[in-house]
Amino acid sequence: MKINEEIVANIAELAQLDMPQEQLQEYLDSLNNVLELAEQMQSIDTTDVEPMSNPLDSIQHLHADSDDGFVTESNHRERYQKVAPETEQGLYLVPKVID
Amino acid sequence: MSRTDWEVVIGLEIHVQLLTAAKIFSGASTQFGALPNSQASAVDLGLPGVLPVLNPAVYKKAVCFGLGIGAKINHRSVFDRKNYFYPDSPKGYQITQLDYPIIESGEIEITLSNGSNKTIGVTRAHLEEDAGKSLHENFLNQTGIDLNRAGTPLLEIVSEPDLRSSEEAVAYAKYIHHLVTYLSVSDGNMAEGSLRCDANVSLRKHGDSKLGTRTETKNVNSFRFLERAIEFEISRQMEILESGGRVTQETRLYDSERDETRPMRSKETATDYRYFPEPDLLPLYIDQNYIDSIRQQMPELPDQKNTRFIADYQLNTDDAGYLSANTELANYFESVVDTGGNARLAANWVRVELMAGLNRDNLPLSEAPVSATELGFLIARIQDQSISGKIAKTVFEALWRNEATSAQDFIKANNLSQVSDINALEPLISKVLEDNIKQVEQFRAGKTKLMGFFVGQIMKQTQGKANPKQLNEILLQKLNSN
Amino acid sequence: MKHAQSIKSILNALDKKDYSCRELVQHFLTRIQAQNDHLNAYITVCSESALKHADLMDQARSAGTAPPLAGLPIAHKDIFCTNGIKTTAGSRMLNNFIAPYDATVVDKMSTAGTISLGKTNMDEFAMGSSNENSFYGNVNNPWAAGTIPGGSSGGSAAAVAAGLCAASTGTDTGGSIRQPAAMCGVTGLKPTYGRVSRWGMIAYASSLDQAGPIARSAEDVAILLNVMAGHDPKDSTSLNEAVPDYTQALNRPIKSLKIGICPAHFRDGLDQQTEQAIQIAIKQFESAGATISEINLPMTKHAIPAYYIIAPAEASANLSRYDGVRFGHRCDQPQNISDLYKRSRAEGFGKEVKQRIMVGSFALSAGYYDAYYRKAQQIRRLIKNDFIAAFNKVDLIIGPTAPSPAFKMGEKSADQISMYLQDIYTITSNLAGLPAASIPVGFSNNMPVGLQIIGNYLDESKILNLAHQFQLMTDWHIQTPAETTP
Repeated sequence: MKINEEIVANIAELAQLDMPQEQLQEYLDSLNNVLELAEQMQSIDTTDVEPMSNPLDSIQHLHADSDDGFVTESNHRERYQKVAPETEQGLYLVPKVID
Repeated sequence: MSRTDWEVVIGLEIHVQLLTAAKIFSGASTQFGALPNSQASAVDLGLPGVLPVLNPAVYKKAVCFGLGIGAKINHRSVFDRKNYFYPDSPKGYQITQLDYPIIESGEIEITLSNGSNKTIGVTRAHLEEDAGKSLHENFLNQTGIDLNRAGTPLLEIVSEPDLRSSEEAVAYAKYIHHLVTYLSVSDGNMAEGSLRCDANVSLRKHGDSKLGTRTETKNVNSFRFLERAIEFEISRQMEILESGGRVTQETRLYDSERDETRPMRSKETATDYRYFPEPDLLPLYIDQNYIDSIRQQMPELPDQKNTRFIADYQLNTDDAGYLSANTELANYFESVVDTGGNARLAANWVRVELMAGLNRDNLPLSEAPVSATELGFLIARIQDQSISGKIAKTVFEALWRNEATSAQDFIKANNLSQVSDINALEPLISKVLEDNIKQVEQFRAGKTKLMGFFVGQIMKQTQGKANPKQLNEILLQKLNSN
Repeated sequence: MKHAQSIKSILNALDKKDYSCRELVQHFLTRIQAQNDHLNAYITVCSESALKHADLMDQARSAGTAPPLAGLPIAHKDIFCTNGIKTTAGSRMLNNFIAPYDATVVDKMSTAGTISLGKTNMDEFAMGSSNENSFYGNVNNPWAAGTIPGGSSGGSAAAVAAGLCAASTGTDTGGSIRQPAAMCGVTGLKPTYGRVSRWGMIAYASSLDQAGPIARSAEDVAILLNVMAGHDPKDSTSLNEAVPDYTQALNRPIKSLKIGICPAHFRDGLDQQTEQAIQIAIKQFESAGATISEINLPMTKHAIPAYYIIAPAEASANLSRYDGVRFGHRCDQPQNISDLYKRSRAEGFGKEVKQRIMVGSFALSAGYYDAYYRKAQQIRRLIKNDFIAAFNKVDLIIGPTAPSPAFKMGEKSADQISMYLQDIYTITSNLAGLPAASIPVGFSNNMPVGLQIIGNYLDESKILNLAHQFQLMTDWHIQTPAETTP
């Protein structure tokens, strides 16, 4: 399938990537390349094939014995906020958000 | 057209914070009210390279809730990523369950103000993580992000669109609140956001089978606001529909100050969430053994207890309902019965004397100065007629004020046992009759009111400890015998 | 030649006090200082902490409390978080990111006594097959300047090949350990999915990513895997299976081994001299007594499209956390929250990363999910089924690691799809979660050629057994490139 610049712009919006008009064509081309490559998958009959998310089909083991889960973490705010662009009073700051 | 022409259709999504010490995917504390970001671990912050690990307490609580509403516990449930950008969602996706929730198909019965009952279907309940909080007030043109709440375990309980009025919706929400609190699935603290409702409201003409366009009013955190929000939506939608307009499908917020709902401006509106299975977590398989083991550990449900109280203790529905609503109170009551024997007497004492005391002194049941065993002992003494109800109240008061350490000692020390012994009572009665010949003659002449006078005299001499029933019997026998 | 020795001989020399840990580390640091400007294999060199750690290991050795690999100088791919040390994942996005914790792999290696010399260059967020997608510049292949080292663990492979560390760690999502190992003439292993913890390893595609060692020989790889492998309660996908001593099986005879060859690995597009080198190796296995037979993996050709849907889909979500709020690059003067996100991300990510985020977001979006993402996950199961059938007949499958030896920088960067085809032989084992190694088996146009050995689940020992026996018969693995600078 082929897609257009409008779809590319929508996807860029979903992915929150700034994408000026002049870049749309480039990303459209690369997306089309991959989709063209992906097209060949359609020739395979996958009816009744269970999609595989984990290569080993592993499952989560139940822990029936551990009752309420333990608090294992302590306060590392200072350490974690050292790498933050902007903080104040222990809060991460971002431009004003309106609900 | 008028209000009665429209049928209101409501479905509720209730987010319940699960009562677990640690978060759903990290070892950080879920304690409310800590300093901002002091309980946000690397996992909660979504720092590079971190991975979620499911806290076992979370599925335990979920299974417990599922059993509480007679739902199907899915043996296989799968976590998914729900993708959207928002500053309080640190990873850019929320881990939730889409196609394979942990719980499906339960139902609950609500009781309405007219006394009727209605069954409401619970479509599903799934596990997910809570988001952080955005604080808009303290900074000029900026928002502060506190991620302490991020990763708090949530169970999202989704009802069928079975609710037909705000009253039903509130009754349903209250039932869920009661149940999750009762089962310790949640602390149910609504002021702290432990239970939040999203209300899907739509209107259709009576008889229509197709549902109307709905709006979703998000994050309503009190029963009163839920009622108000739904009422506002009903009126708003009706106005639109009656003037020939169309309701817009949208997410709205309830503004309690203005008592109105308004459309949400930014968050999560009409976006494409691009759900896909969370590759960092494996599917959760819950086997029957596990479910059975949780079932065994489960407390008796309020409804079951209620039925049992009526059947086993012959309580009236009012007493049974009152005493079974709270596990702690029910346990106290049953302990009283264990020692005291008479269940109806026990119910009366618990509801009247105990509750009055607790309310007066503003005490929780766990701190009641009179233990269930002591109260049971008192009831046993009333039963075997060794004390009267009146004396029992005196003893109860003494125990309550810590003036006595045990009922038994107090009764003994104060010589409060009733005189029920015929050998002890008889000479006393004879003496009183001998001392009051005149009144005896008047009685025998027909002035039966004097009975009270004789009882009073004897009670005076026994300091109120004569067993009134026996006293009456012997007295009458003696007065009528000559 | 301290820098081109096996792990065993280095440990032996340290035991005998031929040199101290400090002297050894200093030797490597001097080499890095001399050559890294040219090779660009390291993004960050940790001279000070390496020397400090070396002193500690010298003391531990004197005190008799030394852990098993005390003093062994290694390098970590810059995708592993290292406490207090810049961790970039090859991205501008993390140019200012000092990790506040160690990855489990880093922690385990350090506990075993290895000394980290620094962090190696890589394709941004491990997306690439040539190391040309690094914000920190291209890496020169030590065998020929101007030639790519392979990717995405290009810096790790180049550093080992050039003798800038004794061994290194890498990660492999679609061939990112094996392909650069092949192109740099070293030995690399991608273990079974879940064998090594992913905690602290910056995620590209969570269900495909797996860490593993890159070293001079199968024996070295076995020694390192002993340390890296094992269950980690911090990674739900890590396998709770006992870790064998991978050095134990190295010396087993390969006479009884049944080896499968897949015709699909020898079709058009395979470089002729590469094929020759592989064919010679096959003959050598045969003469050593192994049974060679043909097996079929009919789904192989669909692995590329499946991979280039699944990996970007997972990546599109994994990379959402880079939003300029809590860490990483933030744009100047954001006007509003969306502006903050969009510009921080557009500036912080390179082109290939953005392209994959776009592909992944598209493949998951409403209306396309079933045709792309779901379809790819179904094909993935069919690929796994192919392998299950094959491993009913054979113990191991061998073939070329990559269709060609290392190419010139810029040669394929304009052609996205031909770059993607670099992964054609390696990605099937990621999709299926199988262990696979690459070992040097000769040269094509004077550039190293790698042979891939794929094993069944948790059969790392068998892979390393075959690889080691081959390396006892041949000397490809001990050949080193000419020193580029004195």
